[in-house]
Amino acid sequence: MTDTTIRPVAADRALLSRLRAWYSAETPNPAKRVQFNRPFTPWLFLLPQLAVVVIFFYWPSVQAVTSSFYIEDPFGFGATFVGMENYTDAVSSSQYAGTAFFTAFFCVVVTALSLGIGLLLAVKADKVIRGAATYKTLLISVYAIAPPVAGLIGMMFFDMHIGPLTDIAAFFGHDLRVGIDYWDTVFAVTIISVWKQIPYNFIFFLSGLQSVPVSVREAALIDAKSGWRRFMDVTLPLLAPTAFFLLVINITYAMFDTFPIFDVVVKDKPANNPITLVYKVYLDGFKGNDIGGSSAQSVILMVVVAALTVLQFRFLERRVHYG
Amino acid sequence: MFKTATTTIAILLTGSTAMAQTEISWWHGMGGRNGEVINEISQKFNEAQSECRLTPVSRGTYEEALSSGIAAFRSGEQPNILQVFDAGAATIIAAKGATIAAEDLITAAGETFDRDAFIAGVRNFYADSEGKFIGMPFNSSAPILYYNTEAFEKAGVTAPKTWEDFEKIAPALKEAGYLPLTASQLTWMMVENFKSRNNQQFATNNNGYDAVGGTELIVNDENQVMMFEKLKEWADNGLFGFYGAGWADNLKPFEQGESAMWIGSSGSFGGLQQSADFDFSAVYMPYWDAIKGAGTQSFIGGAALFAMSGKPEEENTCTARFFTFLTSPETQVFYHKATGYVPITEAAYELAKSQGYYEEKPVAEVGIQQLMLQGGDWSKGYRMGFYPQIRTVMEREFNRIFSGEVSVKDAFQIIEDEGNQLLARFAKTAG
Repeated sequence: MTDTTIRPVAADRALLSRLRAWYSAETPNPAKRVQFNRPFTPWLFLLPQLAVVVIFFYWPSVQAVTSSFYIEDPFGFGATFVGMENYTDAVSSSQYAGTAFFTAFFCVVVTALSLGIGLLLAVKADKVIRGAATYKTLLISVYAIAPPVAGLIGMMFFDMHIGPLTDIAAFFGHDLRVGIDYWDTVFAVTIISVWKQIPYNFIFFLSGLQSVPVSVREAALIDAKSGWRRFMDVTLPLLAPTAFFLLVINITYAMFDTFPIFDVVVKDKPANNPITLVYKVYLDGFKGNDIGGSSAQSVILMVVVAALTVLQFRFLERRVHYG
Repeated sequence: MFKTATTTIAILLTGSTAMAQTEISWWHGMGGRNGEVINEISQKFNEAQSECRLTPVSRGTYEEALSSGIAAFRSGEQPNILQVFDAGAATIIAAKGATIAAEDLITAAGETFDRDAFIAGVRNFYADSEGKFIGMPFNSSAPILYYNTEAFEKAGVTAPKTWEDFEKIAPALKEAGYLPLTASQLTWMMVENFKSRNNQQFATNNNGYDAVGGTELIVNDENQVMMFEKLKEWADNGLFGFYGAGWADNLKPFEQGESAMWIGSSGSFGGLQQSADFDFSAVYMPYWDAIKGAGTQSFIGGAALFAMSGKPEEENTCTARFFTFLTSPETQVFYHKATGYVPITEAAYELAKSQGYYEEKPVAEVGIQQLMLQGGDWSKGYRMGFYPQIRTVMEREFNRIFSGEVSVKDAFQIIEDEGNQLLARFAKTAG
């Protein structure tokens, strides 16, 4: 009985003194940790970021989830609760499976190509000594082009009537019809999207390469004669953190940020041309004014991306060694 | 110093006069030259009277204007006037309470409204099943057949009136080195206006006018399928060129003098005068002689203006005044000449005629005459919800038809099935 009454008091006291210490910012070793002398100060600094996240992410997400269970009049006069019907309608539509398949395919191809070419160029640029700055600037400058502009430039090359690439294809006996033939359009959007993303990967890979210590390189040079083996066994593992980061970024790019490129290439009339899932969300929601259906699709997309991110971090990041 | 003072005074003065005026806003989806003309019209209205001040705002394309109008309405920030295109008409008309019927608005403001003043082809499209004007027809167009006169002389043929005529002259044009025909936006030309020109039913429930619930698309019928089987056959034989769903991609061969005929909008006339460096003329869009009762007027394309609800009375009065101003013969003729869209009232048409405009530019008269042709049961219009998405489905299947992936019959079955699903979904939003 006595035991039980004393202990909490002692615990309270200890907690109280800790709180006081925390509040008055008396730390045993002030040099080691950054401490705020007011408990609200850190929250104050966090507030703008939190506000942005809440207003632009959580709040719309909650809205999207709610409206995905309703079929709604676009002007907001009435909403009928339909349960899962928006989800079943979306998934069972003939176009959805095709769009989902294309999105997955497009993500893999664009990520692989832009990472691969970015890495290759970075490795080669790392070795260039004369005119290195010019070479690098030229490669990086493409990154300054906004995606819609990249799409426009691309479509000048692929135009059915006046595009030079169409002429080149015709020379090799292929009638390139971007906008009509499904796979021709796939080809065009992939080329444009990869082209736009290579500089980004190039910058990161190049800085990653330049941070590989010279001593390690020299040691590797003694151990292995083959440049390919040195690259695979030493350079690549040291680049892994960069590569993992880029992988996540590139998948997000292919899934979401290529939107303006598609918009320009299909000239806002997709017909049977390939589109990504996020473009379909836009089409149904903003052009078709089907808010419920579009919300359901965006919730599905949200779940898929969340699952993908978890998978990446659980299975891939384990194999990444941060130096 | 003196200059700043006067500027300040000037600003204060304009500020105070603006205070006395009623401000109204107009969101539209027109760009380029057509967007400039909208600014000119607004300026004319502002100069013609002093009580109301109209500010036009471009909201991108037709679709973007509609979605931003909807988003604004939901947050209570709607403009007074919203321009809505033909395919979006059902969406806004079905949302009862979003708009005030143009006719009610005008009569409530104490002005007169006469349905019969409008040309026949314009009267029903944006009206309810009783013929009451919900939207105010604004930029109205008709699909017409443009042709390269030089190409026709070279081939020694005359412009076709029917598709049967087309089949007779097309080989000669091909022989003369031309691609005989291209057409933009097959949804509008070869489905919607195939229905109107040939007087064919497009949807149940009186083309969708009578009720939202239970409306079903009728496109997998013998005649509609025949039209596309012919188009595919012509495309395979080099008599018709298909360049996807994009408007400009199908126009370009005509502008470059490669194709001899192009089916486009009467509203394209202004642009073509600048882009084509050859002589061209135009005739009505062809119909099938073989279909009984064909040759009727076409649906109007383009867009209408809707007065949004939830606005104070004095603003509504100003909106009504603007609508009246817009339909005056002078404004209509100005707009007709500046853009190529048709005049929507009989009086405006007469005025343009009396000014000798059509002697100078006969092509400008083709669209309006086609809209004044004899009407049929099915040439008044159609009213279907989620119609922009139904068009998207059609565009997808048309690409597949011309690439040979699907037969015409199967494609139209898919269009009918998916279209009906969309219509059923729309009925739920309205119910």
